[in-house]
Amino acid sequence: MTTAAQTATITAVSKRRFPKPGKMVLHTVIAVILFIWLLPTVGMLVNSLRPAAAVSSTGWWTVFSNPQITIENYQHVLNQNGIASAFVNSLLITFPSVVISVAVAAFAAYAFAWMNFRGREVLFILVVALLVVPLQSTLVPVLRLFRDLGVANTPLGPFLGVWLAHTGYGLPFAVYLLRNYMGGLPKEVMESADIDGAGTAVKFFRLVVPMSVPALASLVIFQFLFIWNDLLVALVYLGAGNNANLPLTVILANLGTSLGGDWQYLMAAAFISMALPLIVFFALQRYFVRGITGGAVKG
Amino acid sequence: MDPKLIQFAIVLVFVPAAVIGYILLIERVLAFVPPKRQPSVRPWLWLAPAFLFLTIFLIYPMVQTLIRSLSDKLGTNFVGLLNYQYIFTNGDSLSSLKNSVIWLVLLTILAVGSGLLVAILFDRVRYESLAKSLVFMPLAISFVGAGVIWKFMFDYKPAGATQIGTLNAAATGLGFDPVAWLQNAPANTIALIIVATWIWTGFCMVILSGALKGISTELLEAARVDGATELQVFRTITFPLLLPTIAVVSTTMIITALKAFDIVYVMTGGNFDTNIVALRMYQQLSTGDTGRAAALAVVLLALTLPVMVYNVRRFREQEAQR
Repeated sequence: MTTAAQTATITAVSKRRFPKPGKMVLHTVIAVILFIWLLPTVGMLVNSLRPAAAVSSTGWWTVFSNPQITIENYQHVLNQNGIASAFVNSLLITFPSVVISVAVAAFAAYAFAWMNFRGREVLFILVVALLVVPLQSTLVPVLRLFRDLGVANTPLGPFLGVWLAHTGYGLPFAVYLLRNYMGGLPKEVMESADIDGAGTAVKFFRLVVPMSVPALASLVIFQFLFIWNDLLVALVYLGAGNNANLPLTVILANLGTSLGGDWQYLMAAAFISMALPLIVFFALQRYFVRGITGGAVKG
Repeated sequence: MDPKLIQFAIVLVFVPAAVIGYILLIERVLAFVPPKRQPSVRPWLWLAPAFLFLTIFLIYPMVQTLIRSLSDKLGTNFVGLLNYQYIFTNGDSLSSLKNSVIWLVLLTILAVGSGLLVAILFDRVRYESLAKSLVFMPLAISFVGAGVIWKFMFDYKPAGATQIGTLNAAATGLGFDPVAWLQNAPANTIALIIVATWIWTGFCMVILSGALKGISTELLEAARVDGATELQVFRTITFPLLLPTIAVVSTTMIITALKAFDIVYVMTGGNFDTNIVALRMYQQLSTGDTGRAAALAVVLLALTLPVMVYNVRRFREQEAQR
């Protein structure tokens, strides 16, 4: 059979696989799934834009029959509930934690991937083992350590402890992901740099880092989402009552219990907390997907 | 200007400078080491920060927690297994353990199952990447945010009143009585797990879809040419080939379920018999009972041990194949 004939058969077969009605069923099923997946978020977004009286008396879907839209809820939460300062706190917590954890992980991953030393395998297995440790099992001693060392009294304030803790918790995954990626970089390039007499630091910053951008980018997004969205670490190390330093997640969780019936404010606050991660996610999702599949499906 | 913003500006410059400075510094120091010995010293200096962090924030606290779980409230007196005895006899602790097991089983099955389903369905249409990013989106939203969103999906008003929660409006619209989703055990735990499934399906989907793309299309087409139905193709080719990836995703979900905290904290606060180990532990911690909190943490850690052993084994197999 010729290649053309083969192709023809295959096309015919794949067409037969989904005759027109089947394809329609497929599209319908997917549409229903996507509808269900989006419905909760859309409902919340609509309610965050409706006046208080409407939110508490009718469902969000009535907006279609009786459109009432206001941005008053957003103005209220930004002014009254400390959401604006919580946003700054979230940034202050997230940015350094991401930078420190990704950098420290990249140094270690480079050593694991391209340096020979005794105990390399054992140490990396330790990292793999630490991947699953629930951070809950570390809270009490670390809290005590911070208190004994007076971390909260340093000029950087209570944030220092949170940065360091987030770095520690994120490291096993970060080292694992980056080592797998860096280990796959072309050997010839690294060797030619050696012949040219490039120092280790130069090799790292000029060669390894630029070539690892996809993995680094996906790790940055990962760490960003993980730390920005964290509730537990902030609750424990910053304390639920210490309002001036709390990130958005804690403020939002507190609002959830204190506002009770004031849905519209809660919704607006929730949407503000999601805005940045959603922007980051949609802007960089290509890297994100590539990063996690590269790290997890290997082998 | 907000003093916090000034702080932020300083941090923006200082923190990156500090981490890059570390590498420049150690390489400067290494220049004084005889060239022959450099290769044996260098790796340890590059690894030092990472292992310092791992030791301080994971290894040391784990050992401490283990010791503390055998101590009393203040951590001063040795009490043997008393805290464990309490956990395994106290009704609230037992119920949180039971719920964590339900989470572990149900979340893993639901998230991996629906992730697999959507990965396969989306694989067959042209708007695949759009569909995927929509299903993936909840993972970018914080669990707290997701909790808020779903609290309102599950909102309940007594029968006869206007329902403003989406699910109860649909229920009454179809002629059923409204359901107090978050109050009635054990349905409320399942409701919370559904929220977690909504969040994690996208994650499972992305990884499974990556593996799905790796299966040779010729193999699938050959089976179809031989007259296999779609179901047979899935059962005999696709599913077995996906199995290693399904195992990876399932272990990730098991760990996720064990660590779950935010959703329950925000939506029910652990009331109405929905408590889980991680939240129960936090509650013990905030009432100052560090001994019992530590014992709960050890129980959680013990539950993750099989996954840890499995991961290490899998890793060694992979390395052996390299």
